[in-house]
Amino acid sequence: MRPLLLTHVGVVSCLGAGQAETLRQLRRGESGLRPCDFEGAALETHIGRVTGLETAPILGVRAPYDCRNHRLAQRALERDGFVDAVIRARGQYGAHRIGVFAGTSTAGILESEQAFRRRDPDSGALPPEFRYREQHNTYSIADFLQQTFALTGPALVVSAACASTAKVFGVAARMIALDLCDAAIVGGADSLCLTTLYGFNALQLTSTRPCRPFDVARDGISIGEAAGFVLVERDEPNARGANIRLLGVGESSDAYHMSSPHPDGLGARQAMQAALSSAGLGPQAIDYINIHGTATKAGDLAEDHAVSTLFGRDTPCTSTKGLTGHTLGASGVLEVILSMLALRHAFIPASPTTQNLDPELRSRYLQAGQDLPLTHVMTNSFGFGGSNCSLILGRTG
Amino acid sequence: MKVFVEGIGLRAPGIANWPAGKAVLQTLHARGVPDFQLTAPALLPPAERRRATDAVKLAIEVCSEACAHAERDPQTLASVFASSGGDGATITAILEVLAGDAPEISPTRFHNSVHNAPAGYWSIGTQSMAASTSVCAYDWSCGAGLLEAASQAASTGQPVLLALYDLRYPAPLQAARPIKDSFGIAFVLTPHETPRSLAAFALALRPRRGETITGLPEASWEALRHSNPAARALPLLRALTASRVQTVDLDYMAHSLLRITVTPLGTTVR
Repeated sequence: MRPLLLTHVGVVSCLGAGQAETLRQLRRGESGLRPCDFEGAALETHIGRVTGLETAPILGVRAPYDCRNHRLAQRALERDGFVDAVIRARGQYGAHRIGVFAGTSTAGILESEQAFRRRDPDSGALPPEFRYREQHNTYSIADFLQQTFALTGPALVVSAACASTAKVFGVAARMIALDLCDAAIVGGADSLCLTTLYGFNALQLTSTRPCRPFDVARDGISIGEAAGFVLVERDEPNARGANIRLLGVGESSDAYHMSSPHPDGLGARQAMQAALSSAGLGPQAIDYINIHGTATKAGDLAEDHAVSTLFGRDTPCTSTKGLTGHTLGASGVLEVILSMLALRHAFIPASPTTQNLDPELRSRYLQAGQDLPLTHVMTNSFGFGGSNCSLILGRTG
Repeated sequence: MKVFVEGIGLRAPGIANWPAGKAVLQTLHARGVPDFQLTAPALLPPAERRRATDAVKLAIEVCSEACAHAERDPQTLASVFASSGGDGATITAILEVLAGDAPEISPTRFHNSVHNAPAGYWSIGTQSMAASTSVCAYDWSCGAGLLEAASQAASTGQPVLLALYDLRYPAPLQAARPIKDSFGIAFVLTPHETPRSLAAFALALRPRRGETITGLPEASWEALRHSNPAARALPLLRALTASRVQTVDLDYMAHSLLRITVTPLGTTVR
């Protein structure tokens, strides 16, 4: 594929808001997970909650979009000069030449949960403050971004469970290559809600402790929330300063089960192989794999099988889920951004919640992380419905 | 950007398939209000067949018809599934449970609630490991799905299956989102003309400057087009029944339109 420049980033997760806070926690290997204190969730589990969202409403003309998911998105947008970068791009390319390709799995469903508790006792009607388009509909996050920046280019939301915000990078690469736009805001948001907390609990996929990827005693995920956005631009020879590019995108389907991975990781392997082909790279060119690694028994086993079959036993890999929790639909872009920080600052993030590596797993999992110059990083995202996406980022200079 | 239509699948209240729909669209009499019963697709394994929701059934039905029409093996096809509302019935059932005293969600219902559930079931039923993308763009999901599918075909040089579907929304969400009838359609799109090509779609995205969006000349069908985001494809289907070149302007967000020039290929559209 034709590479894309990743020029600006906005990010928030339980590690912090903005790249500096995120990098600090990532380098220290300090987990943002805490015992579940999310309102209405009486569950023995750990969560990666972003603090202070409850008192940070969306105001002004965008007030109809106020919901936890957009408060989270807003928090990511307002750091690191991201707003100014989009305004600069809009001036340079034109509002209709900037795409918005966003992902989410649950959008503003938290507010729908609250509205269903306030139904009219006689008619069953939802309260008048319920706003379907701006909060509940899956498209609301892209709508919010178009409204925020007055953009009129191509837009859509990809909602493919936990692969959503990885797959949007593929959309952007295609749309820019076909000259439908020159630049795009790529990313998305997924915020805590009872639907996912109780849903994953019902599937017996949540751990009572902070999740432990690749640990012999791993017993499930910790749910987190995050928003992340990357301004991607057409790769011009004299592009200003940016030196990290999206080089490859690989997508596949498991065709196996709605909520369990293919036991041999066949779909995962196919996505990684397709990403390598798309980047024109061999497996030996990848310096670090930011694996999906959610810390479920079956998920880590399948991914390990796929990674060790394709890469052998030498390519370093870690999962950052023990630090951030599994941020579901936002995990793709969050891990693109964590991988960008790893590339820029030459280190492999540690996996501090992992204590005893599972001897059955064959990949080279670096619990303690490592300082190491990186040129090519792969990041994996796999979701319900068997939706798989692998991305390859590269650094020059 | 140009793509070619090789196969069509259609299902709506009172319309069983594309041949029936073609006849209806050529005359466009006022719609009745027939029952709409979906059956569990035979291509799913027994466990998935038991768990399949109406969203899954509708999407699989139109996808199966389009692939058969195109004489394509579904296993080889990349796919794009576009829907505005996804599975409103499953979401409503979850929200009702969460509003009660014992928030015990059924695991099956939870995995069925993801927007890409129909894509997941389709891949399991057809054993297709090809890439699949599930998208949403509120009222403009039809145009967004078309543009995404066409851009995939143009980028990869491979055919793409596109499904557009939206289902009747249950109460109480229907008051906020009045989708009253279900509607599903699928196209097999190819990047190059083939002996089985029915028509060419030339797509152009452009800013909207007061142009009229292409509608339908009959009030009850026009109402369906307005209420169900997937039914925004009706004027495109109607253009496919014509024997000469037609231009269809689809709304694409409030600010743009997707202009599709439909050129019939061969003597008549099968």
